[in-house]
Amino acid sequence: MTQLGWAELQFGVTTVFHYFFVPVTIGLSFLIAIMETVYVRTKDTVYRDMAKFWGHLFLINFAVGVVTGLLQEFQFGLDWANYSKYVGDIFGAPLAIEALAAFFLESTFIGAWTFGWDRLSARAHAVTIWLVALGTTLSAFWILTANAWMQEPVGYALHNGQAVMTSFSAVLANPQLWVEFPHTELAALLSGAFFMMAISSYQLLRKKNVTAFARSFKISTIVAVITSVLVIFVGDSQAAHLVQAQPMKLAAAESLWNTSSVHAPWSVVAVIDAKNHTDPFQIQIPELLTILAYKKLSGRIQGINQVQSQMVHQYGPGNYIPPVAITFYSFRIMIFAGTAMLLLAYYALYLFRKNRFLERRVFLKIMSWSIALPYLANSMGWIMTEVGRQPWVVYGLQLTKDGVSPLASVPSLDIELSLLAFSLFYGAIAYAAVHLWKKVIGRGLDADPERIKDPSDVDSLFLGTGGDAAG
Amino acid sequence: MALRELWFVLVGVLTTGYFILEGFDYGVGMLHPWLNHTDTERRASLSSIAPIWAANEVWLVAAGGALFAAFPNWYATMFSGFYLALILVLLGLIVRGVGMEFRSQDRRRGWRGLWDWLIFSGSLVVTIIWGMAFSNLLRGVPINRHMIYVGTFGTLFNGFSLWGALTFVLLFIVHGGGYLAIKGDAYSRKMGRLVESKMIWPATGAMVVWFIWMDHLPSSQGHVGDLAIILQGVVVLGLLMARLAGYLTKYRWAFAFNSLSIAATIIAIFRILFPRVMVSSLNAAWNLTINNTASTAYTLGIMSVTAIVILPIIIGYQSWLYWTFRRPVNDQEMKY
Repeated sequence: MTQLGWAELQFGVTTVFHYFFVPVTIGLSFLIAIMETVYVRTKDTVYRDMAKFWGHLFLINFAVGVVTGLLQEFQFGLDWANYSKYVGDIFGAPLAIEALAAFFLESTFIGAWTFGWDRLSARAHAVTIWLVALGTTLSAFWILTANAWMQEPVGYALHNGQAVMTSFSAVLANPQLWVEFPHTELAALLSGAFFMMAISSYQLLRKKNVTAFARSFKISTIVAVITSVLVIFVGDSQAAHLVQAQPMKLAAAESLWNTSSVHAPWSVVAVIDAKNHTDPFQIQIPELLTILAYKKLSGRIQGINQVQSQMVHQYGPGNYIPPVAITFYSFRIMIFAGTAMLLLAYYALYLFRKNRFLERRVFLKIMSWSIALPYLANSMGWIMTEVGRQPWVVYGLQLTKDGVSPLASVPSLDIELSLLAFSLFYGAIAYAAVHLWKKVIGRGLDADPERIKDPSDVDSLFLGTGGDAAG
Repeated sequence: MALRELWFVLVGVLTTGYFILEGFDYGVGMLHPWLNHTDTERRASLSSIAPIWAANEVWLVAAGGALFAAFPNWYATMFSGFYLALILVLLGLIVRGVGMEFRSQDRRRGWRGLWDWLIFSGSLVVTIIWGMAFSNLLRGVPINRHMIYVGTFGTLFNGFSLWGALTFVLLFIVHGGGYLAIKGDAYSRKMGRLVESKMIWPATGAMVVWFIWMDHLPSSQGHVGDLAIILQGVVVLGLLMARLAGYLTKYRWAFAFNSLSIAATIIAIFRILFPRVMVSSLNAAWNLTINNTASTAYTLGIMSVTAIVILPIIIGYQSWLYWTFRRPVNDQEMKY
C-alpha cells in the first residue's frame, strides 16, 4: 500500500473510532440534563441517582472522546499537510472557533459537574450539565461547518494556489451545513437515547432498580420517538440535496451506473460489478428513488457514467468515481439501522400503557442488543459521506491524493508505525472502557463505592465482579 | 500588518496558558508513582487535579486550532515535520487522560498499577517532546524552499534539544510540586513542598544553561534583544523568588512565581523567534515567518473578533472553576 493509502486508512480508522464516542456524549448530556432538571424541580432523589448513574457511563465515554479528539485536530497537519496548507485559511477557522467557543465550555463544566455535587447548589449544578450539553452541540456545529465546506465549498476564492475565505457568512449559510448539522445532531440525540433504552432494558430484564430504569427507559424512549422520525426526514432532504450538490455521490450511493428514466426505482440490495459498471442483480422498489429525490412522481437521476464524463469535461482527465459498493452498502446499512430504531422506539412507546414493557422479556432482550444500532448507523453514515466524496478531499477543488503530507516529511513507514500504535492503544482503551461500563452497569444505582470510606468495604464490593483478566 | 503580529501573540498566549496550567498537571503526573506509595496517597494526589485537568488541556486544543487557522503553513510544516514526535505526544496525552479517568474505577491492584505507570509515562513523554520541539524551533530544522521538512525523527535529537527536554522536565516537576503544596491532601502538601524546595535548584541551573546556550545558537544571532534577556532574567528570578516564598511558607506565592517563570520562558522563546516561527537550518531565506505562513487579513480579522470576545469569557468561567475547587483535597471527597 502507498503512503496515501496508509494515510487514508489511518484517517478512517481513527475517525470512526472517535465517532463511536461522540454521539453518545452529545445525546447523553441532554438526557442527563433533563433528569437532573426534573430532580431540581421535584426533589425526587431517584432522578438524582439516575443522573449520577448515567453520568458515570457518560464520563467514561467522554474521556475516550476527548483524548481521541486530540488526534482529530492534529492529524490534518500530521498526515494531510498539503491539504492543511491549501485550505487552512478557510478550514482552520471553524476548528479554532470550535475549541474556543465549544470545547472550553464542555471541558470546564464537565469538571464542575463531576466534582461539584457537594460544592454547588442543586440548581447551579443542573446548570453545569446544561452548559456541557450546549457545548457538545456547539462543538458539533463548528466541526460540521468545516466538514460541510469539504462537501460543498462556498465563500472562498483561489489565491496563490490556496483557497482563502472571502465570506464567513457564506460559510455559515452553506446549504450543506443546514442539512448535515440537524441530521448529525438528531442522530446523536437518538444515539444517546438508544444507549439509554438498551441499558435500561438490560437492567429491567434482570429486575435491577426497576423504578429508576423504568423511568430512564421512558424518558429515552420519548426522545427516541421524536428524534428517530426527524432524523429520517432531515436525512432525506440531505440526500435530496445531493441531486444538485454532489450528483456523483448520489449515483454511487444508489449504484446507478446510467442515468435513470423519469421513474427511477430504489434498490434495496444489489450485487455490484464495479469493473464492468453494471449491477448483475438488484431488488428494487419502483418509483421510490424519484420520489425521494424530487418529492414528485417524475424526474431523472444522473448515472455514474454520465457524471464521470461531465467531470472529465470540467476538471480534465481522471477517474472521478468513488468506491461504489462501499458507498452503496454503507448508505443502506445506515438506512436499515435507522429504520429499525424508529420501529423499536414506536413499539416501545406502544408498550408504555400500563407499563407493559416491564413484562415483555423478549422485547427487552431485543432492546438491550439494539445498542449496536446507533453505532452502526453513525459509522456507516460517515463512511458513506466521506467515501462517497472521493476522489476529492474538497469536492471539486482538491483531490485527496494532492492533500497528503509530503513524502520527504512523512514517509509511509511513519504512518504505518503510528497506525499500528493507535490501533493497539485504541483497542486497549476500548477494551478498558467496555470493562468499566460493564462494571458500572452491573452495579446499577446501588452503593456508590466513591462514597465508601473504608477501603476494605470497597474490596468486598468489587471482588465478585470478575477475575484478573483485564489487570 | 498588525493582525499577523496579534495572532503571533495570541498563539503565544494560548501556549503560555497551556504550559502554566498543564505544566503542573504533567508535574503531578511525573511525580505520581514516586511520591505516592499507598493507594490512598495516589488517589489523593490525582484528586488534586481531577476537576481541572480537562479544562487545562483545552488550552492545547485551542493553541492547535489557532495555529491552524492563523498560520496554516506553520501548522502544516511543523506537524508533518515533527510527525513521530507529535504522535508520541498524542499517545502520551491519550494514556494520561484515559488513565486519570479510568484508574480508580476498578479496585484491582494490577489495573491501578498499570494506569499509574501510564499516567507517569504519558506525562513524562509529553514534557520531553515539548522541550525538544521548542528547542528545535529555535535551533532550526532542515526546511527546504517549499516549506517542507526534509529531516527525520533523528534530526530532532541534539544536545540543545535534549537539554531543553531536561529543563522542561525539571521545571514542570517544580511546578507540580508547588501545586501539590497548596492543593494536595496533608501528605501531598508535605511531599509537594519537599519536591519544590529540593528540585528548584537543579531546575534553575538547567534553565540558566539552556538560556545561555539558546542565546549563543547561530540561529539566535541578531534575535536576542533586551526584552528576551529581561524575560530570561524574570524566569530565573521567578524561580528564586518561588524558593524564597516556599522558605517563608507562602506556598501560594511560590506557585504564582513558578507560573510566572513558565510564562516568561514561553514568552522569551516566542520573542527570540519573532518574526520567524520555524527556523530553517538549511538557509535563512527559507525560514517560516509570520509573513509567509499567515492566513489572509480577512480570516485573521474574523478570528480576532471571535478570540477577543470569547477569551475573556473563557478566563472568567475557568477562574470560577478554580474558585469553586479552591480548597485542598481532603480524604472525605476523593473521587479519583
